[in-house]
Amino acid sequence: MFGLPRKLAVDSAELQRRFYALAREHHPDFHQAAPAEERARIEATSALVNAAYRTLRDPIARVEYLVRLEAGRETKEGDIDKPKAPPALLQEMFEIQEALAEARSEAAKGALDETTRATLAEQRESLRARLKDEETRLAGPLSARWDSAAPAERPAILAAFKEALATRAYLRTVIADLTETLDSDTETLSGETDSGIEGRHGSAEAPRTRGGMGGHIGAPHQ
Amino acid sequence: MSSRIIGIDLGTTNSLVAYVDEATGLPRVIPDADGRPLLPSVVAFTPDGIVVGEPARRQLARRPADTVYSVKRLMGRGFEDVKDEARYLPFRILAGEGLVRLAVGGREVTPPEVSAVVLKALKERAERHFGESVEKAVVTVPAYFNDAQRQATKDAGRIAGLDVVRIVNEPTAASLAYGLHRLSEGVVAVYDLGGGTFDVSILRVKDGVFEVLATNGDTHLGGDDFDRVLALWLLEDIAARHHTELDRDCVDLARDPEAMQELRLAAEAAKIRLSSEERTTLTLPFAGFTYRREMTRADLERLVEPLVGRTLGPCRRALADAGLSAADIDEVVLVGGSTRVPLVRRRVQELFGKTPHSQLNPDEVVALGAAVQAHILAGGITNMLLLDVTPLSLGIESLGGIVNVLIPRNTTIPTSAREMFTTSADGQTLVDLHVLQGERELAKDCRSLGRFELRIDPMPAGMPKIEVTFLIDANGILQVQAKEQRSDKAASIEVKPTYGLNEAEVGRMIEDSFTYAEADVETRMLIEARNEADTVLVHAGRALKQGAHLVDVAERAAIETAVAALRAARAGDDRDRIHEATTAVNRATEHLAEVLMDAALKGALGSRRATEILGER
Repeated sequence: MFGLPRKLAVDSAELQRRFYALAREHHPDFHQAAPAEERARIEATSALVNAAYRTLRDPIARVEYLVRLEAGRETKEGDIDKPKAPPALLQEMFEIQEALAEARSEAAKGALDETTRATLAEQRESLRARLKDEETRLAGPLSARWDSAAPAERPAILAAFKEALATRAYLRTVIADLTETLDSDTETLSGETDSGIEGRHGSAEAPRTRGGMGGHIGAPHQ
Repeated sequence: MSSRIIGIDLGTTNSLVAYVDEATGLPRVIPDADGRPLLPSVVAFTPDGIVVGEPARRQLARRPADTVYSVKRLMGRGFEDVKDEARYLPFRILAGEGLVRLAVGGREVTPPEVSAVVLKALKERAERHFGESVEKAVVTVPAYFNDAQRQATKDAGRIAGLDVVRIVNEPTAASLAYGLHRLSEGVVAVYDLGGGTFDVSILRVKDGVFEVLATNGDTHLGGDDFDRVLALWLLEDIAARHHTELDRDCVDLARDPEAMQELRLAAEAAKIRLSSEERTTLTLPFAGFTYRREMTRADLERLVEPLVGRTLGPCRRALADAGLSAADIDEVVLVGGSTRVPLVRRRVQELFGKTPHSQLNPDEVVALGAAVQAHILAGGITNMLLLDVTPLSLGIESLGGIVNVLIPRNTTIPTSAREMFTTSADGQTLVDLHVLQGERELAKDCRSLGRFELRIDPMPAGMPKIEVTFLIDANGILQVQAKEQRSDKAASIEVKPTYGLNEAEVGRMIEDSFTYAEADVETRMLIEARNEADTVLVHAGRALKQGAHLVDVAERAAIETAVAALRAARAGDDRDRIHEATTAVNRATEHLAEVLMDAALKGALGSRRATEILGER
């Protein structure tokens, strides 16, 4: 669509330039006089252009898209084989979650004590650092390897991508859980309006987790 | 151009209409017959008909229960959302499910109907200007408005007989107005603090494309809140200083809608004066005493500091979502009347470390931008393109009340997401989707937009493959389509908006708007004359009560005669007679008013003359 080589390394200035050109060509603003059917089609095209740009401008989203493409899957949530993280990581995350659940039931009775708080905050910091490392590795060396790999090497890199993405998803879920516990505790402690607002929108450091542990339930109740 | 499109800023406090002048290529605001660009967003439901704008604003204090102001804050909302605020509103808000309903002037109205009255007045203003009918408009909304609030704005347009061809976010509209000449390429932060809402948008301007990177805000924060904290502070001060008089007359000002409205208006006026002056004096005549107080800008700043502080969090979150820091911002633009408050300017400058732009009138810049967007849609401008985002994440409720996000916040629009659904019971013919907007994990903490019911043919559980497409259009409004893939049949969708109007209701309101159509020009002028007479009568009555002993018998008798004549004239339908009688009462009470004011000021203010103070009020 953007006329760029199919590589994970993308020239972002060039991508933006081509996106603006495509956005201009397909934006509903410039097709107001067209018949309703035509306008609906243009709106769909415009949505597609926007989605494509959103995916391509972010190095991690590019990898995620590539994995889906290679696996031939339709949607991110619909995949049958769940992403697999290294067992050691699973064990570790499980332990943190346990500790967290305990801290939460404590917090339900009153505030977290200072030691627990400090431990949780410290844990969060170290997990954040690991998340950052993982993302750098994904967007950097791993992506570069894919671009220069011979077809025979690709399945192995793909598996590495999957593992890294799964690791990232787990890390993000646990970081979000930690943040939630730490924040909700701050709120009950201080009761300040401002922290209440922060909580309402979710803080910037704790992005919403997607495709994490729970997965998606696609059958709403009747 | 086959069909003209106007740009409308439907504001909390004031509304405007603008267009792009073909000759100069520049946007211009259309003033009313008296040359006033702003139309106060105030609607009064009187026994004689509906009054809008300045005449309605003038009777805010006299008919508080039937005069609706700041209705924008109620758009697309439910009773539960606004009940705290409703305590401070002098008109009645009915408890109930779904969208808010007001009881005014002996009837029930919804916020879109009230807004429609304002839109219609602007439409007529534009029609008078062009000498032809106008049917299409671009209408602006706060960037942080959710789907229901946007839909309510669109409904208001339809009720007013306007095809709202595009809903545009206010900060982005402002950036378009600035973009024509004053912005160089780079990253721009638009800080928009209006009468009732706050928005911040971060944009990248490049090659004529205005790409919004992130937006944030608070749809319940604005100048109205400044006025309210100030009014409540004054109320306490009055109670402390005049408790003797209040107790003597058994007056509870907080329960007196007229007094509270006077107080709110006085607070607003003082706030405005303190933007240009360091100190000001408030003089408020009440029955039995006159409240007078000197106020400094520092007093005001101390009161509004927490409110201004509340705007900084959204600014930081917008920056974070855009992946930028304050240092990356090249220019800052101020929009909205509340950015005239010096404290607001200081805080914005501190946060972004830049002197903000405010060359364009902050009251007009949004309307001017709406006109630019209208011109783009009409094909008059082809080198500018606005790429806006959806401010809030959109999701659906899945088992356990968890929100599954389909479209994250700050996604460029139009955008779409597809999702597959199936059934959980044999022979199920109905799949119920609960669509939500917001940033929280749990459905109960997010904004419910509505329920979509998909009807399909009966099949064993898990067999149907229903593909649902959620499309957020360029207006930021959600459209849902569904298809059962096995039968390749479009599933029928019934939309049940949580805080909105359904088609039938909008249809009925369009009809109603004709039935209850604003009185024609002649009647309207009669109503205005009567309103003016009422105002004068109230003031004269109050002056006589407070100062009868300050003037001689002959003067008192002259006033009473003039008042009686006005009462008689007001009861009739002769507009000229009402006008004359009103002028007569004004003349008769002129001297008494001066005497009263001098008496009130004696001692306290020394050298300042009464007319100076009078002029300020």
